[in-house]
Amino acid sequence: MSPAPLLSVKGLRVGFSTEGGLLQAVDDVSFEVRPGEVVAIVGESGSGKSVTAQTIMGLTRSKNARIEGTAEFEGMDLIEASDAELRRLRGDRVAMVFQDPMTSFNPVYRLGAQIGEAIRAHRDGVSKSEARARAVELFEAVGIPNAEGRVDDYPHEFSGGMRQRAMIAMALALEPDLLIADEPTTALDVTIQAQILELLRELNRKRNLATILITHDLGVVAEIADRVLVMYAGRVVEQGTLDQIFFDPQHPYTWGLLGSLTRLDKPRPVRLPQISGAPPSLLALPEGCSFRPRCPHEFGPCIDLPPLQARLRDEPGHCDRCWLSPEAKKEKRQVAGQIGLEAPTP
Amino acid sequence: MARFVIRRLAGMIAVLFAVSVIVFVIFNVVPNTNPAQLLAGKNSTPVLVKSIEEEWGFDNSLPEQYLTMMKKIFTGELTSYKPRISVDEQIIERIPATFSLSIGAAIIWLFFGLLLGYLSALRAGGWLDRFLTGFAIAGISIPVFLIAPVLLYFLTYKLEIFPNAQYVPLTENPSEWLSHLILPWVTLAILSIGFYSRVLRSNMLDVMNEDYVRTARAKGLSERRVMSRHVLRNSLVPIVTLFGLDFGATIAGTAIITEYLYSLNGIGLYAIEAVQKFELPPVMGVTIYGAFFVVFVNALVDIAYAYLDPRVRLGESGAS
Repeated sequence: MSPAPLLSVKGLRVGFSTEGGLLQAVDDVSFEVRPGEVVAIVGESGSGKSVTAQTIMGLTRSKNARIEGTAEFEGMDLIEASDAELRRLRGDRVAMVFQDPMTSFNPVYRLGAQIGEAIRAHRDGVSKSEARARAVELFEAVGIPNAEGRVDDYPHEFSGGMRQRAMIAMALALEPDLLIADEPTTALDVTIQAQILELLRELNRKRNLATILITHDLGVVAEIADRVLVMYAGRVVEQGTLDQIFFDPQHPYTWGLLGSLTRLDKPRPVRLPQISGAPPSLLALPEGCSFRPRCPHEFGPCIDLPPLQARLRDEPGHCDRCWLSPEAKKEKRQVAGQIGLEAPTP
Repeated sequence: MARFVIRRLAGMIAVLFAVSVIVFVIFNVVPNTNPAQLLAGKNSTPVLVKSIEEEWGFDNSLPEQYLTMMKKIFTGELTSYKPRISVDEQIIERIPATFSLSIGAAIIWLFFGLLLGYLSALRAGGWLDRFLTGFAIAGISIPVFLIAPVLLYFLTYKLEIFPNAQYVPLTENPSEWLSHLILPWVTLAILSIGFYSRVLRSNMLDVMNEDYVRTARAKGLSERRVMSRHVLRNSLVPIVTLFGLDFGATIAGTAIITEYLYSLNGIGLYAIEAVQKFELPPVMGVTIYGAFFVVFVNALVDIAYAYLDPRVRLGESGAS
C-alpha cells in the first residue's frame, strides 16, 4: 500500500552504564519512516526521544553506551555500521537539525564556510568557491533574504530564526533522504516557529524528504506530523497516525498530554490541567507500567508491563501499552467534555 | 583599526605614566636611598653631599625630579649614578640576551604546551593522559632554581653535552648561540609547558561538550577534523591570553632567576643589580622598557583575539 520504509528501527535499546547503575534511556523502540513522511516522537525531557534520534545518527556511541536492536537504512544497519560507514552517511544521506540554533553553529567560522565544510567532507573535488555558491543557493531555498550578502556572515550576526533556517540549509546541503529534526522550533518564539514549520513542511513535500521530528510540543506535531510515537520513560507508550493519536488516544499518558494543551476552541479552564507527579528516574523505574504511579486509572494488571500492541480491531497500526479495555478507555478519557487525564481542579 | 591603534596608544601612555610614577614614589619613600649620600661615599662631608645634590638636581621638588628623569629617558640622556653611563645604551646592550632567551623559550613552551595538552585531551582518562598530567604537575611544581642546577650538573658537568652558560651573540656564532641557550630555554619553558598543557586540556574537554561539536560530527566530518578545526580552535582563546601575559613579562626581563643561574647578561640581571645598588635611573629605564613590552604584547594579543573569535572583532559590540 505504501512505499518501502527508508528507515526501519526494530527493538532499539540504548543503555548507559553510570555510577548509579545501568540507565536504560531507550527501551524497545520500533518504528518505520517512509519517504516523504513525517514521524513525530513526542515526550517530556528524559523520555528517550533525543537519545533515539541521536543513536540512529551514531552520536551516542561511547564506551559506556550499550546499544541493541537494529536501525536499517537502505539495507545497512546503522547500529552495526562502522564509524567510518556512519560518517559517510551522516550529513550526506541522513542529516540532523538541532534544537538550539544559537549554540549549534561554531561561532568562529562563517556560516557559508560551515555549510561548505559539510559539502566538501562528502564530495571530493568540490572547490571552496563551488561550495560557497551552493551555500548561497541553499540560503535562498530556505528563505534567507539577501543570501549572497549574508552567506559570509558569522553566526552571531544572524537572528535565532534565521540561524535555524541556516541550520536547515546546512542539513539540506547534500540533499539527504532522511532529516532528523531534534526540537527544531523549541528555542524560537511562536511566530518564527510557525515559519520554520512551514519551511519544513514545504521541503518535505517538494523533496520527498523523510523526517523524524523530535518534540515535546503537541502543537507542532498537529501542524506537521503524519505519524506519532508517544514516549514515556524510555518506552513507546502509544503510536499511530496523527488522527488516531489526537482523536482516539488509547494511553492515559497521551490523554494527559492532550488534556494539558491550551485550546482556543474550548472554554478556558480555571486552571490548566497537568499530569501530577514527575517522570520516574530511569535508574529506578517502577515495576510494571512505568506510568502507573502517576495514573489515576491504575488497576490490578498494571503491576505487569503491558506489551505495545494493537488493541483496536480495525486499527492495526495503532498500538499502545495500557491494560484498560478500549471501551473503558473511551469512557475514562472523557473529562469535562474533552479528552483529559483528570478533571481540572476548579 | 585606526581607532583601535589610537585607543591602544593612549592606554599605553597611561600605563607607562602610572607605572613610572609608582616606581618613582617607591624609590623616594624607601629609607636610606638618598642618592647624593650614596654617591658621596662613606667618608662624605655635608658640603660634598650638598654639591652632589645640586649637580644632580636632587634638591629640586619631587615632581620636578620626575619630569627631568622622564625627559632624559625619552631623549636618551639618562645615566646611572655610578658608574655614570647611559642607561639606554645599557638596556640596548642587554636586549639581545633577553630577547633570545624569551623568544626561544616561548616557542618551545607554546609548541610543547599545545602538543601535550592536545594529546592529553584526545586521550582523556587514558594512560597517556595520566602520564602527561604527571609530567605537567611536575613541571609546574619544580622551581626554576632547582631545575637549572640539576640540568647544569648532569648535562654540562657530568655528560658535557652543553657548554657552561654565558650568552654568545647570534651574530657572532649562531651554533654557539644555540648550544648556550638550549638549557636556559628548557628551564624557562618547563613551567609553562605544564601550565599550558593543563589549560588547553581542560578547555578542550569543555569545548567537546558544545553543541557545535555535535553538529560537526553530525555533518560527517572526520574525528581529526572535528578535533582540530572545531575543538582546538575554540580552545585557544584562553591560551592566547595566558601567552600574552607570560611572554610580555618574560621579554620585559622577569626571567631573572634563569638569567642569573645561566649568567645570561640580560635585562633581568641589569634590573636586579640596579635595585641592589639603589640606582633609580636604571630601575626607571627598565621599568619603562618592561611596561612598554607588556602593553605592546597585549595589544598584539587583542588582535589575535579578534582573529580567533569574530565576536570580538575590533570596534564592534559582541552579540548575544
